Amino acid sequence: MIDPTYRKKMVVVEGSYAVAHSAKVCRPNVISAYPITPQTHIVENLSQFMADGEIPNCEYINVEAEFSAISALIGASAVGARTYSATTSQGLLLMHEALFNTSGMRLPVVMTVANRAVSAPINIWNDHQDAIAQRDTGWIQLYVEDVQEACDTLPQLYKIAEDNDIMVPGMVCMDGFILSHVYEPVILLEQDLTDNFLPTFQPEDILDPEDPKTFGAFAAPDTYEEFRYLHEQAMQKALPKIESVAKEFEEIFGRYHGGLVDGYMLDDAEIVIMSMGSILGTIKDVVDEYRARGEKVGVLKVRSFRPFPKEQIREAIKNAHVVVILDKNISIGTNEGALFTETKSCLYNSKIRIPVVGYTVGHGGRDIRVEDIAKIIEETKKVIKSGIEVESQFLSLKEELL
Amino acid sequence: MSKNTPQTYITSGHSGCAGCCDAFAAKFALMGAGPNTIVVNPTGCLEVMSTPFPYSSWQVPWIHSLFENAGAVASGVEAALKALGKKDDIKVISIGGDGSTMDIGLGALSGAFERGHDFTYVCMDNEAYMNTGVQRSSGTPFDASTTTTPAGKVSFGNPRPKKNMPAIMVAHGSPYVATTSIGFPRDMIRKVKKATEIVGPTYIHSHAPCPTGWGFDTSKTLEIAKLAVETCLWPMYEMENGEITQVRKVKDPRPVEEYLRAQKRFKHLFTMEGGEEEIKKIQATADWNIKHFGLQ
Ligand SMILES: Cc1ncc(C[n+]2csc(CCOP(=O)(O)OP(=O)(O)O)c2C)c(N)n1
Ligand code: SF4
Repeated sequence: MIDPTYRKKMVVVEGSYAVAHSAKVCRPNVISAYPITPQTHIVENLSQFMADGEIPNCEYINVEAEFSAISALIGASAVGARTYSATTSQGLLLMHEALFNTSGMRLPVVMTVANRAVSAPINIWNDHQDAIAQRDTGWIQLYVEDVQEACDTLPQLYKIAEDNDIMVPGMVCMDGFILSHVYEPVILLEQDLTDNFLPTFQPEDILDPEDPKTFGAFAAPDTYEEFRYLHEQAMQKALPKIESVAKEFEEIFGRYHGGLVDGYMLDDAEIVIMSMGSILGTIKDVVDEYRARGEKVGVLKVRSFRPFPKEQIREAIKNAHVVVILDKNISIGTNEGALFTETKSCLYNSKIRIPVVGYTVGHGGRDIRVEDIAKIIEETKKVIKSGIEVESQFLSLKEELL
Repeated sequence: MSKNTPQTYITSGHSGCAGCCDAFAAKFALMGAGPNTIVVNPTGCLEVMSTPFPYSSWQVPWIHSLFENAGAVASGVEAALKALGKKDDIKVISIGGDGSTMDIGLGALSGAFERGHDFTYVCMDNEAYMNTGVQRSSGTPFDASTTTTPAGKVSFGNPRPKKNMPAIMVAHGSPYVATTSIGFPRDMIRKVKKATEIVGPTYIHSHAPCPTGWGFDTSKTLEIAKLAVETCLWPMYEMENGEITQVRKVKDPRPVEEYLRAQKRFKHLFTMEGGEEEIKKIQATADWNIKHFGLQ
């Protein structure tokens, strides 16, 4: 049951509008973006806010391409501006080189990624391949389950990224169309509460003629490695920060979506289903049915993919009899999705010896239905009895197309 | 230079080659722009030689991001200064090589100029990609030998003339576009100063002979630069709102041969069969410049 006072605050708006509103109340100083489906409505809504004078002390740069969108934010962030962008798919891929550069210079740019499949073949619908392809760019990546979480995670991410001990950029990854174009009841972030939660951006180092500093220097082998180490250290510091910021957010706004991970019916679960993003809603519905029948099935939502919460994952699944991981992406050449590979890798040197199987699903927006999840659970049950026969596989391929 | 000479804000001690054109270009650009300046520098010789961590030659705030995004980074710097209420006091200049400016970074630069950001872009044109070892750029002149357009049994070197970059920038509606040369420091300093004082996106294209890439003695950088102007291969002019408003006259133009002979990159024109004809084509370019820009 939703608390009636809470319900009163809810409005039914498009996901993109709600996200744009969140970006607005975070008080960005520079926004720069380039339209691409299904991110477009976010930037259009922000443009309208600008046109209506609703974002004070902010410049909106209508760039000629995503590469310039992220590059402009590199410059702006280095001057000390809070910056925002949104993109997806080809746009995110076009940013690739500059993503490394943003994080390497430790500029806490924040971006929403409305996840979409990548070309070729061209496809505008949702999967996670675009963001997963950026996993090694040194950005924080938080995957969200619903529109409310997409909204609420933005100010959280600013707070994490702009922490002077961290200073790493980040993306909020939300499923394209499924969350960006859905109309859902949400609570739009209140300006006063957001101001209480999110302090102004006060970086220690900026481009300022009063105190000239060099950004983006040349580092030879005698110094480069330490930059990489310190970047990794910053990501490690982000792990507890992601947890604590989620709790601080809950204290002020009354909503909690999980920290690094979030369990559902997990405590005594024998079968654990792990995944990221909006598919978790469907999974939880199916799990409810299994629980109603007394079957011990639980869900582990992975919210933070970068930094990767190894310890929290080990802890969450240590008592399971089998774990099944659903990935909306594939690393071609491994027949595995990224979450599957990484979860297995984080178990190897631990004492946890449970079978882990993977499914790579929902590519290019293919629907994943309740029946599909049930089928996966049934197949996974067999693994407990007879061991792993197929380690990782595509779900329901159409034979006639192969 | 006299004691009225403006101060520069780049220190010595960088690791550029002796007689480096890029070092001159940066020095003169900063003498024009002054201390209240943020510099955006794309990848290239200048960036690499001036910032070996933990050292830096820059006495003004400086940022390098990538090879192809200086126009966009400068846009962001300018926009952020505006949003934070600091733009009135601080100038933004970008200093990039011909490769980053005319080839890989042209899209970002075009975007920045079309949007009308208030900054000055200085191209230091050493007519090839020097940082990666003298490969052709679209600023490489006709018949120059580079490592990707080498002269050979059936080639006189680069088969194409230089891209007319100033014209492209004028076409963006820039209020001020000027060519200059590091061989004429006072001219360059004056033009950069003027450009940074004009509101809107302004562009300075500075000719910058590179001893290493072009093959001449390290003491001759400024001499060769002057020779390019005196042979009329490098016309110096200012354009304001699309009109030519000033041209540096050349009283007695010298034959292009003098300029070509002084550099290894054109050496083949003097040894290969048919070289004479090629030199005539280059002379024709100089003659066209004389007429077109009214250099005499
Ligand atoms: C995307 C990308 N491609 C290639 C390079 C390699 N690269 C670095 S500097 C450079 C050439 C620089 O030439 P120019 O801009 O003319 O400057 P110069 O060094 O001659 O002053 C190249 C090709 C790079 N850094 N990034
Ligand atoms: S190669 Fe040319 S531009 Fe590069 S450092 Fe040497 S002299 Fe300067």
